Amino acid sequence: MSFWHLTDVEVEALRLSLWVSGCAVAASLPLGILAAWVLARLRFPGKHILDGLVHLPLVLPPVVTGYLLLVLLGRNGVIGAALYKYLGIVVAFNWKGAVLAAAVMSFPLLVRSVRLSLEGVDRGLEAAARTLGAGPLRVFFTVTLPLMVPGIITGLILSFARSLGEFGATITFVSNIRGQTQTLPLALYTLTQVPDGETGAMRLCILSVLIAMAALVCSEILARRFAARMKG
Amino acid sequence: MEIDVIRQQGNFHVNASFRGAESGVTAIFGPSGAGKTSIVNMVAGLAQPDAGRIAVNNLCLFDADQHIDLPPEQRRIGYVFQDGRLLPHLSVHANLSYGMHLTPVKRRFVTFDAVVELLGIGHLLQRRPAKLSGGEKQRVAIGRALLTSPAMLLMDEPLASLDASRKAEVLPFIMRLSREYAIPILYVSHAIDEILNLASRLVVLEAGRVLACGDPEDLLSRPELLSCFDQDESGAVIKTTVDNSKDASGLTHLRFGDHLLKVPPIAAPRGTPVRVRIAARHVAVTLQQPRDTSFQNIIPGKICEIMDYSDAFVDLRLDIGRFLWARISRQSCIKLKLKPGQPVFALIKSVAVSLGISNTNP
Repeated sequence: MSFWHLTDVEVEALRLSLWVSGCAVAASLPLGILAAWVLARLRFPGKHILDGLVHLPLVLPPVVTGYLLLVLLGRNGVIGAALYKYLGIVVAFNWKGAVLAAAVMSFPLLVRSVRLSLEGVDRGLEAAARTLGAGPLRVFFTVTLPLMVPGIITGLILSFARSLGEFGATITFVSNIRGQTQTLPLALYTLTQVPDGETGAMRLCILSVLIAMAALVCSEILARRFAARMKG
Repeated sequence: MEIDVIRQQGNFHVNASFRGAESGVTAIFGPSGAGKTSIVNMVAGLAQPDAGRIAVNNLCLFDADQHIDLPPEQRRIGYVFQDGRLLPHLSVHANLSYGMHLTPVKRRFVTFDAVVELLGIGHLLQRRPAKLSGGEKQRVAIGRALLTSPAMLLMDEPLASLDASRKAEVLPFIMRLSREYAIPILYVSHAIDEILNLASRLVVLEAGRVLACGDPEDLLSRPELLSCFDQDESGAVIKTTVDNSKDASGLTHLRFGDHLLKVPPIAAPRGTPVRVRIAARHVAVTLQQPRDTSFQNIIPGKICEIMDYSDAFVDLRLDIGRFLWARISRQSCIKLKLKPGQPVFALIKSVAVSLGISNTNP
């Protein structure tokens, strides 16, 4: 067996990782834009608390976040029980839970960069669009959002990378189940715990580096394209 | 248009009330910080007055008592900003049509091709705003506002960010526009030459209050308003007509009353009305008619009044059939023993006359 031949476990872990990270990013993007908008544009009492809540996963130990998720969203958790009872959805110990853990952990990174780009958008351009006859919602989608694209790209790449690397919260919340919740880092960890696992671990390690590099290059290309478009 | 607004902005209080012309250009003039932009922002709906009423063409846009406050997108007001504010992610074509597409077809009376032709921006349509010069940006911004088929145009110092040659490039388009479309324009400026060229009505603003409102020729010559203008800018406005557009030496002759004024050449046929503004500091006086002099314009008149309000200089109000201001040193005034009623000759250098082709609306 050559070094480059991936075992079934490794292939599964790779596919699951890409799927989970992709889902996590896709699900958190609309919410992240909304949160960034609320934090950047609205003034209301308790804004600091919301800001703190959004950023909490960034500063908490991931295991703590995972445990909190388990307490809240497990089958017997406050939210988890309600989800099961009314919608029939179970997130504990399956891939949906892995998506949720990755989304929560990467959310602050997404919100931070989206918010930064939103704060960079010239309010004067929005005002100009209003005088041209566009209502607030149209202004958001035709002026604000397009001008936020660089920040959104950065946010997407950062949160995708963070999701791929998610370990602590995932293993605490949804455990390490092959084919269900065993993502790349979890598979790598497992391989380091078994005899003869070194080659497999090294393959997964190289794979992780390659995926991360590809994501960075993609974001760089997209950002450059955008800048070129703006310059005409 | 009827504008009557009160707004407190931090320490600054705007309390302005005036009526603008229903067609042609109403200029708002005042030093920077007089509240000009605040007022146009309130008219556009980008700022909310604390009290008052704003109505354009009998359509009420804001009325504090009746709780009317139309959002900007429903006011049908085209706004040309000082800094252009073109949408950087869209091409010139998309910028121009952005507002047009949001205007119901049956309400449109301005067509895309006509505006592109009027403003001479046909060759720019595929470019992005970042690739345009300052003058081109402002022309596109004007076109964009015009294409919403607005009930009124607001122009907030559209030429202030441009250098003199770019200004000369854009100004004629604004003049044409106010003639070709019957859209009232509220034009903010602190440049007297723009007002000479454009305004059919003038509102003078200072510290948030309206000092005077009326005919620009009258207001720009009034001494009590001079303090509001830059001191160097004080002078008189005279309404003239072109008598000879190009004499043997290349100068244009303008006629007012029995006198001729020789000025730098203007390309306008005989009979065209022209407003000229002669700054006080460019006018000298002599007691005898001088013979060998470089002054092209020597006009007899008499002193009406001597205004003495600065240390080294005095301003003379001269009657030459029209009023004219001359700023001379106090020392000269004493030496020549000038007093009201005395006949003098006013000397005016040709190059010192600022011109504006009078904007008489058909």
